Amino acid sequence: MNEKDIFEKVKPVIADKLGIGEDEIKMESHFINDLGADSLGLVDITMALEEEYGLEIPDEEASKLLSVSAMVEYIKANVK
Amino acid sequence: MVTPLGVGKEKVFPLLLKGSSGIGPISCFDTTEYSVKIAGECKDFDAKDFINPREISRMDRFCHMALASAVQAFEDSSLDKHPPQSERFGIIIGTGIGGIKSFSDEIANLLEKGPSRVSPFFIPRMIGNMASAQSAILLKAKGYTSDPCSACASGTNAIGEAFRRIQMGYEDVFIAGGAEACIVPIALAGFSVMKALSKRNDEPQKASRPFDAERDGFVMAEGAGVVVLEEWDHAIRRSAPIIAEMVGYGASCDAYHITLPDPSAEGAFSCMKNAIEDAGIAPQEVDYINAHGTSTKANDATESAAIKKYFGEHASQISIHSTKSMMGHLLGAAGGVEAAIMALTLQSAKIHPTINLCNPDPECDLNYTPHLMIERQVNYGLSNSFGFGGHNYSILMKRAT
Repeated sequence: MNEKDIFEKVKPVIADKLGIGEDEIKMESHFINDLGADSLGLVDITMALEEEYGLEIPDEEASKLLSVSAMVEYIKANVK
Repeated sequence: MVTPLGVGKEKVFPLLLKGSSGIGPISCFDTTEYSVKIAGECKDFDAKDFINPREISRMDRFCHMALASAVQAFEDSSLDKHPPQSERFGIIIGTGIGGIKSFSDEIANLLEKGPSRVSPFFIPRMIGNMASAQSAILLKAKGYTSDPCSACASGTNAIGEAFRRIQMGYEDVFIAGGAEACIVPIALAGFSVMKALSKRNDEPQKASRPFDAERDGFVMAEGAGVVVLEEWDHAIRRSAPIIAEMVGYGASCDAYHITLPDPSAEGAFSCMKNAIEDAGIAPQEVDYINAHGTSTKANDATESAAIKKYFGEHASQISIHSTKSMMGHLLGAAGGVEAAIMALTLQSAKIHPTINLCNPDPECDLNYTPHLMIERQVNYGLSNSFGFGGHNYSILMKRAT
């Protein structure tokens, strides 16, 4: 899986969880500063992506995944 | 208001006057295994008409309906054009059971997928105070906000407490009432096994029949209703559209049984008495009652007995009706919707009927406005709400002149 494929797949999940349009989401978007997420929204997105990819993201890792690109990188590195 | 008859007072009040029923077969889940298959669902309600899509999934349905009602009331009273001072603006929206759908969904999640799969929005969706909290966030109400939880009397309780706060000078403006989104399998099962609900599944629109000899329980319904309460001079200064004047609030507790009303009717009696004495009027001045009128055997007989006991001979002169005959029982929201209906009745001099009252129970021998609406200018209206646990509240309103 390359980054672009992952990005295309996470976009609708993020859009759904934050109630925003997919076109607002860029690879460099920061969840809180750019997309208006709060701490609960961030947990919600993380959980949905864990489900999608069968991942279990430890809390200390999840707290660093503050941008779309960080999330995509993490998924790329951890999904076999 | 958001009710099984529609959204907004302009839609709902004329339908009540016509005697329309909002009860039907439950459509939001499969009721095959349930003994009760009918309810009052708010099918016309779409949260997107009132709430930013990004907020919708963070709230339970009872909050959606509360917020929609709060926005309508805020605009109807032109507070959008003359916003109250935030610190002197409060919200009290009660609920009987809060976000029970969210509660039920997330327990299923917990059992199926484990503790780490429970939604981070579970708690803020479920907790009953969120109708007040979310309304306060949206409308910038920074005064007193709270959530009375007194079962089927929560809405009236909320309005009464808001009235007191304004009387005491703490706030100038309140949005107060109730909200409930209870048409959920676990709630239907719970009320069914208590034998509290009507099983007239084949004739949904005839199932809620307050004061009728053939009544066999209440019909569960969802919705929300709030009113704007405003300190009189504050309202006059900004030329607010005044629908009615709130003049009294009474409360009491049966202290008798967890679900049954005290058959001596003392609780309901003292509650009405307290409201009328609070206003400092004579009982004979009350010419209209929006009854609790649930369509259960126990409530309707006890409420009628209390009215006769308190008002004596004057009881037969009072125009009584039950909004629940058409909407079903909106539980914690009922008092909020019924307060709004009472205000509109005082304003319009049109009293909606109690439908399905074909064969009055001999114990219920008052004037319940059967079948057809009447035109009658009434000056003082009393609205009763009685909840499981024996919580009784009455509010008294006067026609605005």
